[in-house]
Amino acid sequence: MSNTKLKRVDLIFEKDCSAKEILQKAWAMTKEQIINELLESGLKGRGGAGFPTALKWKFTGEQPETERYIICNADEGEPGTFKDREILFKVPEKVFGGMTVCARVIEAKEGFIYLRGEYKFLLPELEQKLNAFHKVLDELKIPFRIKVIMGSGAYICGEESALFESMEGKRGEPRNKPPYPTISGFRSKPTVINNVETLVYAFMIGKHGAQKFKDLGTADSRGSKVFSVSGDTPIPGIYELELGMTVEQFVEEFGDGDTKAVQVGGASGFCVPRKKFKATIIGFEGVPTGGSMMIFNSSRSMYNVLKNYIEFFEEESCGQCTPCRVGCQQLKLGIEAVKKGEKHAAYLDQLMKLTQTMKITAKCGLGQSVANSFSSIVENFREEMIY
Amino acid sequence: MAKKIKLKIDGMLITVDEGTTILKAAKQLSIHIPTLCFHDDLCVAGNCRVCVVEMKGAKTLHASCAMPVAEGMEIETNSLKVRTARRHIIELLLSEHNAKCTTCYKNGNCELQNLAAEYKIGEETFIDLVPHKNYTIDAYSPSIIKDDSKCIRCQRCVRTCEELQHVSALGVAYKGDKMKISTFFEHPMLEVVCTNCGQCVIRCPTGALVERNYIDEVWDAIYNEKKHVVVQTAPAVRVALGEDLDMPTGSLVTGKMVSALRRLGFNSVLDTDFTADLTIIEEGHELLSRLKRALVDKDPTVKLPMTTSCSPGWIKFIEHTYPEYLENVSTCKSPQQMFGALAKTYYAQKRGIDPANIISVSIMPCTAKKFEADRPEMTSSGYKDVDFVLTTRELAVMIKQAGLDFEHLEESKYDSIMGESTGAAVIFGATGGVMEAALRTAYEVVTGREVPFNGLNITPVRGMDGVKEAAIKIEKVKPEWSFLEGAELKTVVAHGLTNAKKVMDAVRDGKANYHFIEIMACPGGCLGGGGQPIPTNAEIRAKRAEAIYAEDAGKPIRKSHENPEIVKIYQDFLKEPLGHKSHELLHTHYKKRERY
Repeated sequence: MSNTKLKRVDLIFEKDCSAKEILQKAWAMTKEQIINELLESGLKGRGGAGFPTALKWKFTGEQPETERYIICNADEGEPGTFKDREILFKVPEKVFGGMTVCARVIEAKEGFIYLRGEYKFLLPELEQKLNAFHKVLDELKIPFRIKVIMGSGAYICGEESALFESMEGKRGEPRNKPPYPTISGFRSKPTVINNVETLVYAFMIGKHGAQKFKDLGTADSRGSKVFSVSGDTPIPGIYELELGMTVEQFVEEFGDGDTKAVQVGGASGFCVPRKKFKATIIGFEGVPTGGSMMIFNSSRSMYNVLKNYIEFFEEESCGQCTPCRVGCQQLKLGIEAVKKGEKHAAYLDQLMKLTQTMKITAKCGLGQSVANSFSSIVENFREEMIY
Repeated sequence: MAKKIKLKIDGMLITVDEGTTILKAAKQLSIHIPTLCFHDDLCVAGNCRVCVVEMKGAKTLHASCAMPVAEGMEIETNSLKVRTARRHIIELLLSEHNAKCTTCYKNGNCELQNLAAEYKIGEETFIDLVPHKNYTIDAYSPSIIKDDSKCIRCQRCVRTCEELQHVSALGVAYKGDKMKISTFFEHPMLEVVCTNCGQCVIRCPTGALVERNYIDEVWDAIYNEKKHVVVQTAPAVRVALGEDLDMPTGSLVTGKMVSALRRLGFNSVLDTDFTADLTIIEEGHELLSRLKRALVDKDPTVKLPMTTSCSPGWIKFIEHTYPEYLENVSTCKSPQQMFGALAKTYYAQKRGIDPANIISVSIMPCTAKKFEADRPEMTSSGYKDVDFVLTTRELAVMIKQAGLDFEHLEESKYDSIMGESTGAAVIFGATGGVMEAALRTAYEVVTGREVPFNGLNITPVRGMDGVKEAAIKIEKVKPEWSFLEGAELKTVVAHGLTNAKKVMDAVRDGKANYHFIEIMACPGGCLGGGGQPIPTNAEIRAKRAEAIYAEDAGKPIRKSHENPEIVKIYQDFLKEPLGHKSHELLHTHYKKRERY
């Protein structure tokens, strides 16, 4: 047991921060300098997939097509995550600022925030702050505008290409990749699409320089991250923590003393059982997360937890590709049948093989991850599935 | 020149153009990768995942239909990982699918069934989802039956309806486990913008979309001794029927088809081509009359350009989409319906049969013809003009049921009367054919000379380009047509309703100045119709077209107005083109329909 408290970080919500000054500073730099600074910081996408932000911006900026877009993915739909809501509520200027810096790098004239349908209540204040921000842009003679587009509540629209489809007024279904958004994204134009938190970090790196960010975290997971902590914890909420901690360290601080498992990364993430707390690092070298940390104590049935997740995906799959659409239905009916004794426990092995197929054949990143919770829960809590 | 890309597939080196998909590259190496949602005519969807392949260095498998090749790529199409995944996907599709194959209309011609057979799918691995679903069947339409329990959500129908036809009667509704293919507000197909073209039917890999079949009704009629059953065969049937009866694509089987129909027990085997020739006379004169009214009489009410009216898919499309142009549509009924009206009047009189005892059957490359025959407008004989419409596929089924060895049947000739036709009529089956036939006659009516094209072949209106324009200069006219001297007749031909839309938008926006427009709802014209043998693709349609033009070239008479039976029907019955009897029996009007 370690007794050190986890290091709190205050970059995202840092109060003493002038968007105007940071933008002026960014405009004093060349595009290459901005990209190099970002590359040096080691910032990876905070939505979960972890693609290096600097490269995304660089590739997009290099495209011959000059009509390019920056889109902020604020379709925060993963069960158990609520940090983007807080960021947009408390420090929206920083999100706008991150988008503006990106716009400088990729020479975009328009940016969009795709806001989760359920966050509509944020819209009036967001637009008010956006108006004020646009005035700052005018003062600085920066030819860039941001518009907020409302989602309609489909989880799948958080997948970047489904998000583009939705923005274009079409049904939110993921596209085939390649081409990737850096080449063909919104309106089939080169597009940077970043998570809310990523954009704020990019902005704050602009303020403090790469070193301050780089000093935090590990070689694979640089910097800090905002976590949404929920479940069986006495202190649920939003915490910005240095990356590189183990699940054990996390549980010591946030658990209720009776923690049985932590679901890292939401319904599409991985379940870490108590016996693996010590050996599991939260980050790209261990279990990656978009920020969702759900803590379960010994009173919880992991069967119910899993069933809840699968039901979520059964409904929220877009339904176009076979492995995700039919796979989710089979996983749900399968564990029900085993629980009721209608199928032999060995059927779980058959379903585990199915999750392998789902992971490698689904059309989009979300479809490839829907089975993560299944495989990690069934592997670690098999007896709870059967009895 | 496209950049060349080198890659390895199953250990074999291949060089292909940049942008080629893995699926197509593998095909060049004679490697067959199974597919379901992929279709040659449609944009890539990549949603069934059956065609996944393994790529060296990649964690996930990739859909070969959607994945472009890249330099140095190493692909395995049949590794253990691929086989296991593919098998799972087929099993998943089967678990969601109502797999009562033996009672399915598509039994024996189902891509999912074939795949299950190829992979020797045995006892069900996964739980049967069908009892957990609330699947419905839409069987209200006289043309198309939609059975959701057979649907595998490949969206070929959705893409067909949107890309090829610009109709979008079918779309995707709901998400997740409830995702389904549906219509506007889930109304029945009969009540939405569906044109009944059946292009979805010929692209559906399973039995989810099929034609409403009237096979048993027709057998009943044949075996009813009190009934005199006449059958007519559309031009495009004779170049495609063989495909469903073990003959090569593009086989011309007119004579065998006539023999088969006779052997099935039809009392009289007649030809829609006869009324195709008649259509040319009526429609040609209608065009000339409209031109005269516009140019000489300066009648402001006359509508130009005039469009053809043979394709019932096109008619329903214009009723919904461009109702303001309904008066531009030729008032001529389609050849099928002209035939139906004459079968129970002219034919009945000549043969001395009570029309009440005539059952009129037509064999069509088309599903929309079923709807057309049911239209309230189509009873001018005093009876239902056409009683039953069978597709080419249904005729093939009847021939098989009767145990006929089709390939080795003797060839025979159509009965008379209403069995004689010309080369101009048979080309109705191909896009541009009606235009070509009309020009062959109209030009000659006006000038007294044959159209100035080598061998009567008006090549500018032939071929598979979506929109084909052609202008014909009219010179040295007969005195009665002097108002047309020096005029240039501007025509355009479109096939596939997406192309029809292009033409109609140009007309609406004043960007085109046509006199005569031929539109066929289906890609390639009737030879690519929704009632034709499955599958379809550009190559198949091109072979059918070749057969059609071969039939035309081999006909002793190739101009509609020279058909002796046509000359006779005007002498004995109709008296003159656009005359009183013609108007009563051969012409009609259509009505506006709502878009939603």
